[in-house]
Amino acid sequence: METTLKGKAWVYGDNVDTDVIIPARYLVTSDERSLAAHCMDDIDETYTKGVSKGDVITAGNNFGCGSSREHAPIAIKGSGASCVIAKSFARIFYRNAINIGLPILECTETDRIAKGDLIEIDLTRGTITNRTKDETYHAKPFPEFLQNLIGLGGLVPYVRARLSE
Amino acid sequence: MAMTLAEAIIAKHTKDPVEAGSICRVSVDFAFTNDITGPPAIKEFRKMGAKKVFDPMRCAILPDHFSPAKDIASAEQIKECREFAYEQDMLFWEVGRVGVEHAFLPENGLVLPGEIVLGADSHTCTHGAMGALATGMGSTDLAAAWALGETWLRVPETMKVSYEGIPSEWICGKDMILALIGKIGVEGARYMALEFHGEALGKLGLDDRFTLSNMAIEAGGKTGLINPDEKLLQYARERKARHFEPIFADKDAVYAGSLTIDVTDMEPQVAMPHLPENVKPVSEAAGTPVDQVFIGSCTNGRISDLRSAARILKGKKVHKKTRLMVIPASYEVYRQAMKEGLFDIFLDAGAAISTPSCGPCLGGHLGILAAGERCISTSNRNFVGRMGSPKSEVVLAGPMVAAASAVAGHICHPKEIMA
Repeated sequence: METTLKGKAWVYGDNVDTDVIIPARYLVTSDERSLAAHCMDDIDETYTKGVSKGDVITAGNNFGCGSSREHAPIAIKGSGASCVIAKSFARIFYRNAINIGLPILECTETDRIAKGDLIEIDLTRGTITNRTKDETYHAKPFPEFLQNLIGLGGLVPYVRARLSE
Repeated sequence: MAMTLAEAIIAKHTKDPVEAGSICRVSVDFAFTNDITGPPAIKEFRKMGAKKVFDPMRCAILPDHFSPAKDIASAEQIKECREFAYEQDMLFWEVGRVGVEHAFLPENGLVLPGEIVLGADSHTCTHGAMGALATGMGSTDLAAAWALGETWLRVPETMKVSYEGIPSEWICGKDMILALIGKIGVEGARYMALEFHGEALGKLGLDDRFTLSNMAIEAGGKTGLINPDEKLLQYARERKARHFEPIFADKDAVYAGSLTIDVTDMEPQVAMPHLPENVKPVSEAAGTPVDQVFIGSCTNGRISDLRSAARILKGKKVHKKTRLMVIPASYEVYRQAMKEGLFDIFLDAGAAISTPSCGPCLGGHLGILAAGERCISTSNRNFVGRMGSPKSEVVLAGPMVAAASAVAGHICHPKEIMA
């Protein structure tokens, strides 16, 4: 996984649910590209047309609430977005994002980021630099257990190692 | 140390120290997916290099979301699930013998008190009403549980919710949970377990308790637990698919928060678009026109839900500009409703009755909304686009309010229809 990310910000509010991240009518496949084509359709029709590789989604509280569909982080990752920064995440989305390798950061200062701001992220340090505003924000570090899991490459390599014990 | 129900169940399943906030490796008693979350779980299971699920009688796939297959792509997904299930010799049921997962599993004694249960479906928290620590996860976590028979859990803080008082005849479990979500909001219990208590809870039938636990996730909760009582234990003993040992919270357990909801003067509740926390008493929403009414889902598709809807609909007609979809949540419910003559009441009223499925709840099939349409639904979510067009609206309510609104053609208190 790359540890330095860079892109422009797509800004959303509180309680972005997984039904708007990827509506159920598209859940007839779990293919990353097919899902990515409809990412955020019901909340922002401009997203799929305008998103570029590396872009960052920022949001308020409770990002990813609702359905457990792993298709939601898969769609975001497939769309080219490199990271989601939110004040807080719903718990199932939080686990799913880590499991499928979509970087997520918890940061209380997302209100300072405006749509289109150029954002640089250092995942190792947990720092978020807003190049447009020349400001730096700090993300909440992951609990040690999760840092280890991420360090192993995620849940799939972890299980693979456990099974070969 | 005195423990909450979540802590006590986790402690029986781990060697790690259990305290709120700590992360524990726990054994898993039952793990299931549905036809949407199944295929990605199967893919990840293979990537993990796993060959066999940890116990085929404790691992299941339930085709309930887009089943009976609504189109070719859904048929392919169900086929993939079926082939994997046969390969693994694990639990799988065809249409005609399955039902909405969270109704079907307790009916068949596959989720039992004291257990840790994982489902790749956010409404797995429903089984908290069985006294099981049941929680929703994604497909990769579920695949890991199938492979290892264990998972990791952060021990949740617990919020104790006590329902006190004696409610009017128009109040059901749905009103009680909507009142809570209206009070604490969609992230009021984020990462936490809810534990339900109180005099009014004890008097609730099991179906209403499932409704209560079902919507814990709509407050952000990990699960919605209820300590088993004799009524629940008898139900579990009659149906159990395996041995179980109930676990209870300690009397002096320490809760991260507690609140009391008095149901005595409660009015039926509705949640307006587009968040389950937009809760109002029905009188404040009365008169809002509805194009469709849906009675069903893992929230309110059980026999007592259908009985209460039938009580309102008996001898009445659905409004000529409104359509009513009734979808029993399982074939057990379906047969029972038929035996009791409820189908005659629904058909006489002009309702459509469909085969058990999640159906329109998540915008799958059997009642999708067009732009500008509004549905009052006994399901659990009213997000933008949840039931179809992103320009449609969903209002959440219990089965009595839904049935009354079908007759009136607008949101309506059931007592007005019965007057």
